[in-house]
Amino acid sequence: MSETVGGIFTSHVPGIGAAIAKGLQQDPYWKPFFDGFAPVHAFLEREKPDVAVVFYNDHGLNFFLDKMPTFAIGAAADYRHEDEGWGIGGFKPFVGHSALSWHVIEQVVGDEFDPVTCQSMLVDHGVCVPFELCWPNAQAWPVRLVPICLNTVQHPLMSPRRALALGRSIGRALESWPGDEKIVVLGTGGLSHQLDGERAGHINVDYDKFCLRNILPDPEALTGHDTLDIVELAGSQGVEILNWLAARGALTGSVRELAHNYHVPISNTAAATLLAENRARVAV
Amino acid sequence: MLMTRSRSASAQRTIPGTPVFDGDAAQKGLALNAMCYSFNSADNRAAFVADEEAYMARFGLAEAQREAVRRRDVLGMIAAGGNVYYLAKLAGILGLNVQDLGALQTGMPIEDFKAALLAHGVTERSVAS
Repeated sequence: MSETVGGIFTSHVPGIGAAIAKGLQQDPYWKPFFDGFAPVHAFLEREKPDVAVVFYNDHGLNFFLDKMPTFAIGAAADYRHEDEGWGIGGFKPFVGHSALSWHVIEQVVGDEFDPVTCQSMLVDHGVCVPFELCWPNAQAWPVRLVPICLNTVQHPLMSPRRALALGRSIGRALESWPGDEKIVVLGTGGLSHQLDGERAGHINVDYDKFCLRNILPDPEALTGHDTLDIVELAGSQGVEILNWLAARGALTGSVRELAHNYHVPISNTAAATLLAENRARVAV
Repeated sequence: MLMTRSRSASAQRTIPGTPVFDGDAAQKGLALNAMCYSFNSADNRAAFVADEEAYMARFGLAEAQREAVRRRDVLGMIAAGGNVYYLAKLAGILGLNVQDLGALQTGMPIEDFKAALLAHGVTERSVAS
């Protein structure tokens, strides 16, 4: 019987990948962010998950505007990164888990969601940077990947309520998976940041703290805003919180925060890391 | 009546200083964004650098898009339908990162733009016992 051991939520700023490549983890600018990963590393060392189900958004590597799914589920035997246009790279390839991917697809379609399914899919820094952060010394990734890509690029976006419901549907799929794997769920991106417009550089510490305080115990609190409210509060790219909400939904057991780290700024972003354990609910 | 502009939620709401990339922008910006998406390939980046005008013509950019690219006018590119995730690939060719883009769009010197972000100065950490 499989077990979902917990969730890891983290920013995925591409510059983090460049900092890792340059070995800047102890540099005064970067250290307050990287130090937030010590509890994550201890957790992963203890739990040793076999599979990572990753909620993220593509930034123009696999998907272009000619065909833009509201969400897509990877169902490939393997995945890889490619050149995103500005030079970060060298990311290790990923082994997929197509049987689990199809099990997830069956569940979400059964729950009346309508995914795009991808038997071939490139994954960008939204997956690669969090993997580098979680397993910094791995020669090869110790987990198999099920990537779930949400559109956060082209409006209208999935509503926060829908993202949470999608995550819960995927959580039910993970609960009913008959394999014996240990599964970890990742939600990547955020928190507040805005790259475009005269308001570029916008950060909203109050909104970010609201998200960090509520997403585990009361994720519905985050669904009181629609996607344009989130753009206004958290900035154009702060809508990546949708990935966190979906990932939170996939933790269907008893959830408890183990650690969080919030640091402003990393590049133009309020960077955050949140670690949660997920335990089976006790049956009567 | 032929409607040419959508009545999208984002078209009916203004968030100051904040472009919302909706269906209207996606239609208007398709050629510019397609060109920028092509820059995922190093060969295409080199072709652009070798002859910007020919490369823009190949992708059929509108004149307003070409002029914004010629002028390195980021707000102009966004007004012409550019999406920042794709524009970031063009910015990379020009040696600009997202902080440089922020400075250009806000009209701030880059050091001031970085200082404004650093001024938040927040680090908060918690580990459960």
